[in-house]
Amino acid sequence: MQTLSSLYDQIVFLLAALILFTSFVMLAQTRLISLVNLFALQGLLLAVTTVLVAVVQETAHLLVSAGLTLALKVLLIPGLLHYLILRMELHRTEDPIRRPLGLLLGAASLMVFSYYTILPVVHLSLLATRNLIAASSASFLLGMLLMISHRQAVSQVVGFMTMENALFFLAVVSTYGMPLVVELGIAFDVMVAAVIFGVFFFHIRESIDSLDVDALSALSESTVEEIQQGENLPQGE
Amino acid sequence: MIVLYLILLLPSAGMGLLAAMGHRPFAPHLNNLLNASAFVLAVVLAGIALEGGTLISKSRFFLVDSFNVYLIALTALIGLTTSIFSGPYMEHERQQGRLTRRRLKLYYAMYQGFMLAMYLILVSNNLGVLWVAMEGATLATVLLVSLYRTPESVEAAWKYFILCGVGIAQALFGTILLYFAASQVLGAGTDALTWTTLYAHGSELNPTVLKIAFVFLLVGYGTKVGLVPMHNWLPDAHSEGPTPMSAILSGLLLNDALYAIVRCKMVVDQAVSGNLPGYLMMGFGLLSFLVAALFLHRQRDIKRLFSYSSIEHMGTMTFAFGIGTPFSTFAALMHMTVHSLTKSAIFVTVGHASHIAGTQQMDKIRGLIATQSPVGWGLLIGALAIAGFPPFGVFVSEFLVLTATMQTHPWLTLPLLAGLGIAFAGIFRQLHPIVFGKRPEGQTPVKANMIPVFVHLALVLWLGISLPSALANWFDQAAALISGGMPK
Repeated sequence: MQTLSSLYDQIVFLLAALILFTSFVMLAQTRLISLVNLFALQGLLLAVTTVLVAVVQETAHLLVSAGLTLALKVLLIPGLLHYLILRMELHRTEDPIRRPLGLLLGAASLMVFSYYTILPVVHLSLLATRNLIAASSASFLLGMLLMISHRQAVSQVVGFMTMENALFFLAVVSTYGMPLVVELGIAFDVMVAAVIFGVFFFHIRESIDSLDVDALSALSESTVEEIQQGENLPQGE
Repeated sequence: MIVLYLILLLPSAGMGLLAAMGHRPFAPHLNNLLNASAFVLAVVLAGIALEGGTLISKSRFFLVDSFNVYLIALTALIGLTTSIFSGPYMEHERQQGRLTRRRLKLYYAMYQGFMLAMYLILVSNNLGVLWVAMEGATLATVLLVSLYRTPESVEAAWKYFILCGVGIAQALFGTILLYFAASQVLGAGTDALTWTTLYAHGSELNPTVLKIAFVFLLVGYGTKVGLVPMHNWLPDAHSEGPTPMSAILSGLLLNDALYAIVRCKMVVDQAVSGNLPGYLMMGFGLLSFLVAALFLHRQRDIKRLFSYSSIEHMGTMTFAFGIGTPFSTFAALMHMTVHSLTKSAIFVTVGHASHIAGTQQMDKIRGLIATQSPVGWGLLIGALAIAGFPPFGVFVSEFLVLTATMQTHPWLTLPLLAGLGIAFAGIFRQLHPIVFGKRPEGQTPVKANMIPVFVHLALVLWLGISLPSALANWFDQAAALISGGMPK
């Protein structure tokens, strides 16, 4: 039993590292299609983790969550994004990163920061949870960084869903999942959010003719003079 | 308990019904009817809770105590009055060609969806379900913000979606950490997220984990409250969405998000020594209050003006909850009530005013009293009330907040007083020409039902002059419960 549990620990650590790794790769990814594929891969890793935890810890309801993860995050959402990318002919669009070096250094420091925050939480449980909490909180922050650094709406959605993935991973490995009713609710929300994101792509495209969210900048607290200048410009430019 | 289930069942059924026939001419009436029945049920529920005290459902899934019972009634009241206003308003928008009947269907269905989420947030005894309902509220309203499909409204909705989405994800992170800490003590399972259980075992939980969890919960739900610096979505969503949306966002959603924070604080407070959660809330609250008061001076759009005023008032409440004495909590609870009533009344009036003038630009809205005196007076009285003029309720609650601050942190009364003055000036320098100025050529009255507005304002006036004993009793109990003086 001892060896089995330590083997289990090692596999979970490996999966945590892989999920973190995919987050890093996604951060530096400029092609939208590859970004979505990486996201699907991360979802798959997540589903594998969930099945593993469910089998080893004999928590049957995690199998349901694993199924949901597989359906939503590996098949449905990446499928939807693929469909939208092709439909909007974005598959050749690059989403350039302005300062790749700074971005990756920032990502690395976020990781250190996560470990630093979790450090005081010593010997909380029998699980070797500390590393896992740090890894998932790093992955969560990396998702946020992805949203900040990329400018295509698709990348922002992927960043958002990565954050969701990190949270889900945390819940699975640290507490063997949330109560089933909560998990079903979360899955439902994620699904609706994905559909609404899809609807939004069309709205944004209709209004600014691309999915570059940097162009969404009409509403801000600008000075009166700036607004007046803006009003003097011909409409529809 | 049956009443409670009915309150939840009604909007879910309503959502289905209106999704099927929201485009029919009778849809507004159906919406009114649903909200009116919910209001009656909420009053019955309040009556039951008044007699029987705290109610917990058999499955321990739902909870009605002195903290949320009056918020349920308030939610139902504002839901009802806003829906009475929204019928003719949305019809006017449709005749102007800004909306189609299909969008109206979406609007009515999502109105009920939003109400469902609001009730669920309030009555849920499970912090996970509370999170799900909070996300549900975002999802229900995000398509309404972009209802007009103008570039600005799409931008506002995208901002709202992304910012609140990220915010709410942080709240989920906090919730998971809380669950993690609780499952160490209580074992995994629904119990470890049940609020009543957490509250009873609060002192046994690991303080370090709870501290980290609370920071995430505060930032996460704080995004929805509109706390500075996570407030950017709020003025945009309020100004670009349909006006009834602004009324219920300001009057209900912000309150419920703050409610979630306070519920979490009640658990965390017991484990964490010192007043870390309180200081965090005071800091965020004061910052929001001051920044929003200054931003009031720079607004040109009337709905943006009042949404900054919402941020300012939510900041005040967060600050007062943060102080954490029974007295300041009482003040915060009362401020929550009067702010919701006043702000939703103001947004309804502003909706009529912008129909009269055909714009939301303040320098183009002129002479409201000359054009249509009920709307003009409504806006004037509403603005007086929100700016904290005596004898309205907002004055009383702000006065209580100031007194509570004086007792605990005397030097903080200074920025508070300065902020109140700045905010007062910010609203008033804009308001005078809007209400009294000369009537522009060709400005005609619109069909407006001002009864809900005056009902709200009369209630605020009443609460300012004399607080009814039942309500004062609830506030007292809730304040004792929140500030930890209540036997478990």
